[in-house]
Amino acid sequence: MTLVVAGNSKEYPDGINLTRLIELEKVETPMYVTVALNDDFVESGGFESTTLKDGDRVEFLYFMGGGR
Amino acid sequence: MRIRLKRSDYLRILEHARSGLPDEVCGLIAGRIEEDMHYVEKVYLLDNPDACPEHFSIDPRAQLEAIRDMRSLGLVPLGNFHSHPSTPARPSDEDIKLAYDPSANYCILSLAGDEPALKCFRIERATRTTRETDVEIVEYAPLPRAFQN
Repeated sequence: MTLVVAGNSKEYPDGINLTRLIELEKVETPMYVTVALNDDFVESGGFESTTLKDGDRVEFLYFMGGGR
Repeated sequence: MRIRLKRSDYLRILEHARSGLPDEVCGLIAGRIEEDMHYVEKVYLLDNPDACPEHFSIDPRAQLEAIRDMRSLGLVPLGNFHSHPSTPARPSDEDIKLAYDPSANYCILSLAGDEPALKCFRIERATRTTRETDVEIVEYAPLPRAFQN
């Protein structure tokens, strides 16, 4: 199936979930990543149960903050 | 690695920082990457939900909206910026602690001195390593090589 991940269209095995996609994409420090699937945020506890389908768009967003 | 920023965009960031005083302000930068040059082609001036002189965060909704805009324009996220109203343009302990994205440029505009100072860094939080990136502020940004001819 084809997914659009971080703006890039690529082929992935059918039926993978978000946890597997994070592994395949070698996302660094995944515990600090927020995932948007088709413009909706996915709760971090829901990565395992979120199965991806052909045409899905996924963005990995890092928390950005700091101070002083 | 170097960052090339149009003066007009630099002035927008500066105005955003000054108009946000006494609080820190923040935003995102997007553009194109060609070899070791990061061309900033769009600056996103964002609200600081913390509304605080000592802290900032970027609202994930605003971040996603900006990312969506970048994708539609064929740009890539290059990093973020925030202001330091009264401290130098260097990553604070808090900046390093919260620098989760190893691929991002973390830019800081300091208003502490007589003149504003903009510096950008790559930050590796695990080792607490910061590396300053050269920033070129140019009157007119030439097209990246891929877009010439």
